[in-house]
Amino acid sequence: MLTVSSVGRVFPGGIEALRDTSLRMDESDFIALLGPSGCGKSTLLRLIAGLDQPDSGRLDWNGGPPVPGDIGFVFQDATLLPWATAEDNVFLPLRLRGMARAEAMPQVQAALHRVGLTGFETARPRALSGGMRMRVSIARALVTRPRLLLMDEPFAALDEFTRHKLQADLLEVWKQAGCTVVFVTHSIYEAAFLARRIVLMTPRPGKIAQEIRSSLVAAAETRLDPAYAALVAEVSRAMAEALA
Amino acid sequence: MRWAPALFGLLALALWQGAVWIENVPVYVLPGPLAIVGAFMADPVGLLTALASTLLVTFAALFVAAVLGGAMAVAMSSSRLAQAAIQPWAVALQVTPLPAIAPLIIIWVGNPFVALVVCATIVAFFPLFANTASGLASAPPELDDLFRLYGARRWQTMALLRLPAALPYFLSGLRISGGLALVGAVVAELVAGSGGFASGLAYRILEASFRLEMPRMFAALVLLALAGIVLNFGLGAVGRMILRRRGVA
Repeated sequence: MLTVSSVGRVFPGGIEALRDTSLRMDESDFIALLGPSGCGKSTLLRLIAGLDQPDSGRLDWNGGPPVPGDIGFVFQDATLLPWATAEDNVFLPLRLRGMARAEAMPQVQAALHRVGLTGFETARPRALSGGMRMRVSIARALVTRPRLLLMDEPFAALDEFTRHKLQADLLEVWKQAGCTVVFVTHSIYEAAFLARRIVLMTPRPGKIAQEIRSSLVAAAETRLDPAYAALVAEVSRAMAEALA
Repeated sequence: MRWAPALFGLLALALWQGAVWIENVPVYVLPGPLAIVGAFMADPVGLLTALASTLLVTFAALFVAAVLGGAMAVAMSSSRLAQAAIQPWAVALQVTPLPAIAPLIIIWVGNPFVALVVCATIVAFFPLFANTASGLASAPPELDDLFRLYGARRWQTMALLRLPAALPYFLSGLRISGGLALVGAVVAELVAGSGGFASGLAYRILEASFRLEMPRMFAALVLLALAGIVLNFGLGAVGRMILRRRGVA
């Protein structure tokens, strides 16, 4: 679906965030970009989203460049419009495409249902918990039925219990939606639980150090699975090598 | 605790009245609260009509300042050229003392009411302009990114993101500018009053001071102070109500 070839990005002031980074993403992939803070994970995500441009290298989209709505983005904070209801926040991407409210509502309600927020359509963000706000953010990203869902440490600010629940729910949503997910995280446990492909990045300038494939079929009980523990150990060892 | 300000005020008034009685202070030097109330009761219609005239100028100026300040802030946030062109003039307007330019404005404009509104607008303009400009730039960069990601047009970003984000800032500016518009109206009336325009509370203050009618002068001052307090709390309450309805307060 997308091939990132030898991409580099240097910010004004000479800070080299990414160097010679290549990555291939296939349909229905679940990729975790794993690395320490400042290793260029978020920069790579922004380049993929088209929110920033590379200084070198290129991004090739199989099937043509993305149109608005082909890419969903979930930020570290829920970044909802505080004055809008959950329904209106999810409606936003469709509204920006010029879709009428009545026409969009079945899609909006389906997206809210998919993230378990049926009944909270008229709630404003300040009335929702941190986890629920993040669910609205995920519903907003899913409402356009994107080909690619980019997630930039979306659960980092949540408590452990909420994070575990949302991770399990995200896997369900991914299986139903069938889109490709690129998930940025600096948690080895999170990457091992969620991703089919764990891509390790080196500290600045960020480069792909190694890719580890996972055959785990994640579910709630996976965290107790010895195979999961072994995968975490393998990723930890690889990360230590990448950081050395 | 709610009654503390009122109790403190009553105590201060009682001490003031007591000091005037005990020291036998002449009324043309410092009238007591009872003499001030007496002066108000002697001509309530005249003083309240003058207050209405001042408030009319205040609200007209506040309205013009809100429209101009909001529109110029939007123009500035939409274009770097507009920002470069507008910002220095807005600052220049803010730092120019009104008493220095009010006589010129009154001569140039001709119509006394319009001249007073122009003067009060100059004073009230800057907080509305500066606050709205800050509010328009206050949306989190991630939301800006989100709008770009979904191919939002500039007017959509303005209407659905920047303007709603600026609303609390605008309302806060409105509250500050409300008081300033009243001050601007009074200063302009003082200048205009000395030139022969007989309207507004400031003119009544001027007139009373010429006649050494200190109780009447104080009555007009008290009315102005009360109008300022009501304006400030009123605009604050309206702002809170709007923000509560929008779920952001």
